Amino acid sequence: MRAKTFRKGIHPPGHKERTAGLPIEVFPAPQKVVLPLCQHIGAPAQPLVAVGDEVTAGQKIAEAQGMVSAALHASISGKVTAIEERPHPAGRNLPAIVIENTGGEGFSPVPEAKPGRPLAEITGEEIKELMRAGGLVGMGGAAFPTHVKYYPPAGKKIEYVILNGAECEPFLTCDHRLMLERPAAVLYGLKAMMKAAGAKRGYIGIELNKVDVIKVLQEEARGDETIEIVPLRVKYPQGEEKMLINAITGRVVPAGGLPVDAGVVVNNVGTAAALADLLQTGKPLISRVITVTGGGIKEPKNLEVPLGTLLEDVLAYCGGLTDSAGRIVLGGPMTGPAHYRLDLPVVKGTCGLLVQTSEEIGDMEYMDCIRCGKCVEACPFSLLPNYLGLYAEKNRLEEAERYGVMECRECGSCAYVCPSRRPLTQWIKDAKRKITAAQRKTG
Amino acid sequence: MTTVIAAVLLLTGLGVLFGIGLAVASRKLAVETDPRVDEIEELLPGANCGACGYPGCRGLAEAIAGGSAPVNACPVSTDCGAIAEVMGVEALSCERRVAKVRCIGGKKEAKERFAYVGSKDCFAAHQLAGGPKACEYGCLGLGSCVEACPFSAITINENGLAVVDEEKCTGCGQCVAACPRDLIALLPPGDPVTVYCRNTEKGAVVRKICQTGCIGCGICVKQCDQGAITLENNLAVIDPVKCNRCGRCIAKCPVKVIQGAVVEETASAVSGG
Repeated sequence: MRAKTFRKGIHPPGHKERTAGLPIEVFPAPQKVVLPLCQHIGAPAQPLVAVGDEVTAGQKIAEAQGMVSAALHASISGKVTAIEERPHPAGRNLPAIVIENTGGEGFSPVPEAKPGRPLAEITGEEIKELMRAGGLVGMGGAAFPTHVKYYPPAGKKIEYVILNGAECEPFLTCDHRLMLERPAAVLYGLKAMMKAAGAKRGYIGIELNKVDVIKVLQEEARGDETIEIVPLRVKYPQGEEKMLINAITGRVVPAGGLPVDAGVVVNNVGTAAALADLLQTGKPLISRVITVTGGGIKEPKNLEVPLGTLLEDVLAYCGGLTDSAGRIVLGGPMTGPAHYRLDLPVVKGTCGLLVQTSEEIGDMEYMDCIRCGKCVEACPFSLLPNYLGLYAEKNRLEEAERYGVMECRECGSCAYVCPSRRPLTQWIKDAKRKITAAQRKTG
Repeated sequence: MTTVIAAVLLLTGLGVLFGIGLAVASRKLAVETDPRVDEIEELLPGANCGACGYPGCRGLAEAIAGGSAPVNACPVSTDCGAIAEVMGVEALSCERRVAKVRCIGGKKEAKERFAYVGSKDCFAAHQLAGGPKACEYGCLGLGSCVEACPFSAITINENGLAVVDEEKCTGCGQCVAACPRDLIALLPPGDPVTVYCRNTEKGAVVRKICQTGCIGCGICVKQCDQGAITLENNLAVIDPVKCNRCGRCIAKCPVKVIQGAVVEETASAVSGG
């Protein structure tokens, strides 16, 4: 297989062996779920229920506010016991709807979905409306509301839909298992997306460490001229939107631009499967597949969990923590934030729960920059992380901006390769935050 | 020989010509400078800290001479009387202010909820899930204020807290802006009676995370006969103007979060009467 790729990047060890061979287990409905009103990028949803209301799984409990926002649905049947601020994976307390499980079995599908129709009978407009009604967001981690991507700005046309099956983050295997176990759903979702976008071609980019998936999907897509399964080289950050577009189509998304500027929409394979569920059965986005892994977990697993399930419940199901557990990370080790508490819920953008051991973390004290240039070699965006880091560290934001700090997508490659263990990505992130805040202030 | 003489004459001629030109230019195109600007600049500290909002001490001197800034615009200088003299106006009050870090819950007193590794910058740590300290209001001790201080007046002590050296502090206010938790305030020098806590959580929450956090019990409010202490959002606040430094609140505070220098006379007058 001839594999495509992008320039630069890094090769961290995959560590996927713990869970790559484990089928997805369905997590039983927990006693309690905490559903934050903001599980996506954009405005928080507005609650439609009150404390004391009985809800069934799939029922809409909060409405999207404005264009860039997403609706929220009950992930279990039960009773709303609180609508208040709860710990959120964003690192602070944010409003959430708490549902206690009352043992109800019911399921209420999205009313607009009218399941059972073949794809040919559903119009593109209808699909876009359903994405909105079903609360679909990008499931690769960023959680950007899906429908927004399918309303391109005037004058822009979507030619290709690319499904991101690269799963370039070490440790994670949820997309791998999903594609392997539900190839038909992934392809159905892709076709629906192509229809919604009016795109002529669809691609699924998959890294070569998942040869089994490539074979299964190629078999499934046989005879369909509009869809191509693209093997990609195993390299980080292969799954980063701009890198993926460049590797598959050869096009370059301009600096400061969106994929649609290159005529492309990128979605995660998980989002495609969720869209297939929504169209075929009327199931809104109320559960997702996560990988629970790392040396700190007794029994690593791939799990399909209802949204809002607390990490402590997930951990208990996976046998709990080992004695050597040292750090809890939500998502992959490259971009996932570390957390110190376990009463956080699984949200739409959570792709994994990684618990590293103390040895895996190692010594983290950082030292001065030795000008070796490794970060410059690694940066897939061809930035100069050495200078960005120095300027950001010293709060010299104007210079950092001139060196293109806002173009950084925080993939973490520079910090990973730095022999002085300098927290380059953290500095850059903070500098970006400060610059954005200053811009907001001055309008 | 004539070539040499011609060259010498030519260059001398050119020299005289340019000399006259420059002399005329320096008269005709001279920029009028206010002599007071230099005098005022002499009186300013010369650290160019920018705390006044003008581009350096020269910038402020020009603004004062031009009348767009008051004579006491320099927060650092304690010599505004002299500047007033230069300007020929009456001296305004130029009381000295020094920075105070209002947190005394260091490593010994306050709990940590996780081990933080990464950028040694308070803003960065504060961004990460509210910081490693269990108290989201307390001093993180990573030294962003130390970095910001142009006078090297702030240090991080053994207990992991930022401390201001009153002698070195000029009250420029750079550290106030650098602290992501708004812990630093500019107060009169001489260790005024101050509540060393900014935590506005309820008492029960504060007790769990810090031994010296203000629990908002209100005992100090009852003790104060000057009406200088109020409770705002579960936090005691002392008005330094009303406070007569009798020290009764310091003695009665159950968590010892109020500290400051007590004035003996008022203290004995209070206990005597």
